[in-house]
Amino acid sequence: MIVARTGNEAMAEAMRQINPDVVAAYPITPATEVVQLFSSFVHDGLVDTEFVPAESEHSAISACAGAAAAGARVMTSTASQGLALMHEILFIAAGLRAPIVICLVNRSLSSPINIHCDHSDTLASRDAGWIQIYAENAQEAYDTTIQAVKIAEEALLPALVTTDAFIISHGMERVELVDDKAVPKFLGERKVKHSLLDVDNPVTLGPLDLQDYFFEHKRSEIDAMNHVLPTIEKVQKEYGDKFGRYYSTVEEYKLDDADVAILAMGSTAGTAKVAVERLREQGKKVGLIRSRVYRPFPQTAMLKAMTKVKVVGIMDRADTLSTLGGHLYTECRSILYDADNRPLLKNYIYGLGGRDISIEEIEAMYDELLTIQKSGQVDKNIVYYGVRGE
Amino acid sequence: MFPYEHYLRYDKFPHIWCTGCGCGIVLKAMLRAIERSKISKNSIALVSGIGCSSRTPGYVDFNTLHTTHGRAIAFATGLKLAKPELKIVVVSGDGDATAIGGNHFIHAARRNVDMTVIIYNNHIYGMTGGQASPTTPLGNRASTAPYGSIEPSFDISGLAIAAGASFVARSTCYHATQLDKLITRGLLKRGFALIEALTPCPTYYARPNRLGTSVDMLRWYKDNSIAVERARKMSEEERRGKVIIGVLHDTERTEFSDEYQKLIKKMKGKRR
Ligand SMILES: Cc1ncc(C[n+]2csc(CCOP(=O)(O)OP(=O)(O)O)c2C)c(N)n1
Ligand code: SF4
Repeated sequence: MIVARTGNEAMAEAMRQINPDVVAAYPITPATEVVQLFSSFVHDGLVDTEFVPAESEHSAISACAGAAAAGARVMTSTASQGLALMHEILFIAAGLRAPIVICLVNRSLSSPINIHCDHSDTLASRDAGWIQIYAENAQEAYDTTIQAVKIAEEALLPALVTTDAFIISHGMERVELVDDKAVPKFLGERKVKHSLLDVDNPVTLGPLDLQDYFFEHKRSEIDAMNHVLPTIEKVQKEYGDKFGRYYSTVEEYKLDDADVAILAMGSTAGTAKVAVERLREQGKKVGLIRSRVYRPFPQTAMLKAMTKVKVVGIMDRADTLSTLGGHLYTECRSILYDADNRPLLKNYIYGLGGRDISIEEIEAMYDELLTIQKSGQVDKNIVYYGVRGE
Repeated sequence: MFPYEHYLRYDKFPHIWCTGCGCGIVLKAMLRAIERSKISKNSIALVSGIGCSSRTPGYVDFNTLHTTHGRAIAFATGLKLAKPELKIVVVSGDGDATAIGGNHFIHAARRNVDMTVIIYNNHIYGMTGGQASPTTPLGNRASTAPYGSIEPSFDISGLAIAAGASFVARSTCYHATQLDKLITRGLLKRGFALIEALTPCPTYYARPNRLGTSVDMLRWYKDNSIAVERARKMSEEERRGKVIIGVLHDTERTEFSDEYQKLIKKMKGKRR
């Protein structure tokens, strides 16, 4: 079915079709709508979900973790400060191997207070042990929300699916929904090996774990994350085979014959694709790399993509505040260390607090990358794009 | 005419509040109270969390600190201990102060930290679109309670008294002049002073509950409020469903930042 939906509406539709057992949430702009709409599905009897309006995000995600430990399929939605307040429990959920899925709307973290898009909220949670997938548009947000449930449950790790605040969350787009009945069939029932509700086989979750076994348990969690990529690829393929929309962990766009490329995440990749089209009409060989999956980091696919070109401009919508630049930049530099043919890199930190990024600005970045290709020189590695006084 | 211009940041207008919102009434009452209490503008620090009500500091010319949702009182406690000479005023919403930030609220009252806390109680989360808050009355509707809330609600003033606040008062946006008298008394009190101001939210509270316009809500406050002195003589049955206004509680207790300074002095003396 083809419909017009905002990113928030699309995610709420996916949640309706997934019909999770428990949703516990607390409102926050610009993600409120996802759960607000979902609560109306609960109200209208369209889902069987236990809906828990909590008194803070900390309580909401705690309720989610408890429900997931009991064997339930659990989802929630939040943004920015809400995710920050969940921070403590994010690690707990991952350590408990609770496959919760959060529909997250990327919004700047305070301070200063701002409600618009950048990726500082989820990137600040990158080490929490959650799978992170960044959607480019409402369609992908919808598809990925469904996929994430399956990925999380197979990997026994929680997952975040993100959209850009207002740009995707509130932008109305053409979205193709799959059949209501097909989603539960695609996902199947959640299979739980150890659940708190299995009274015949009681288990203990989350007990004190000191010098004796903590390290082994943490290592097994790391190991789980190390093995997620094949699961993601498998689920992406199954989804594509079934519903006709294929995704990859790293998307390559007009890259094979490109001299230079931009690497971006989220909606900006959509804007950059238009810039690529325009520049290609002028005969400029430019391409695009999009990191769809950010955690676990898709090393091999990213290396393969980056080493196809001579210069990569890495667009980060957050900064690590570490003198090292943005998150994608530092991580890509790291994986390139062992590569034979390393491209030159330039880091563009852009769009913080929702500052708009236009097609023309991205075209200008491409032109700069082409100049770098010619000269073989990057004069300044990290730039803060469009900031007054730079 | 009251010199509002002395206190307002006109360059921050127009404000974000809806037509008929009660937030502006409380803001003006607060300014009149500050003028009346003769506390100088620069010795006031106005602290807020997040919400429609918490936007207040943006519009007024004091030392202002706009913090995160629920944490205003925690920030304010730090501020008071670091600069005991400041007069701390916190503005907060019912959600901000008693849901996400409920913990800080009761503990600041328990410690009796010197601050004047004004809670704009509109019985709803206004800023995020009308979800039920801990003060949404049992049975009333909110976007997260389409059949009416099944949760018993908090009595904010009662909570503050039970937790140990030294001054607690309640009024409504209809009783605007009483509101500034109560805030004045709160400002002049040494210790944790709470003023609960019932404020109409015509947009998200009145609508689902069919309470009419803001004017209807003010009229409701007028018709259903009872002075505390009179309420004391009434039976519980007669008080049911009424808003009891006035000074509910006023007592003397040791104040936390004073005790803290004393301790510092004592320990310094010992070291010598
Ligand atoms: C950690 C966090 N969670 C959620 C929010 C979103 N949020 C902003 S204001 C608000 C509720 C406001 O209600 P209340 O405190 O009663 O104030 P009102 O807007 O009604 O004046 C919420 C949930 C936030 N800013 N931060
Ligand atoms: S939503 Fe309610 S509380 Fe917020 S500004 Fe509008 S009327 Fe006031």
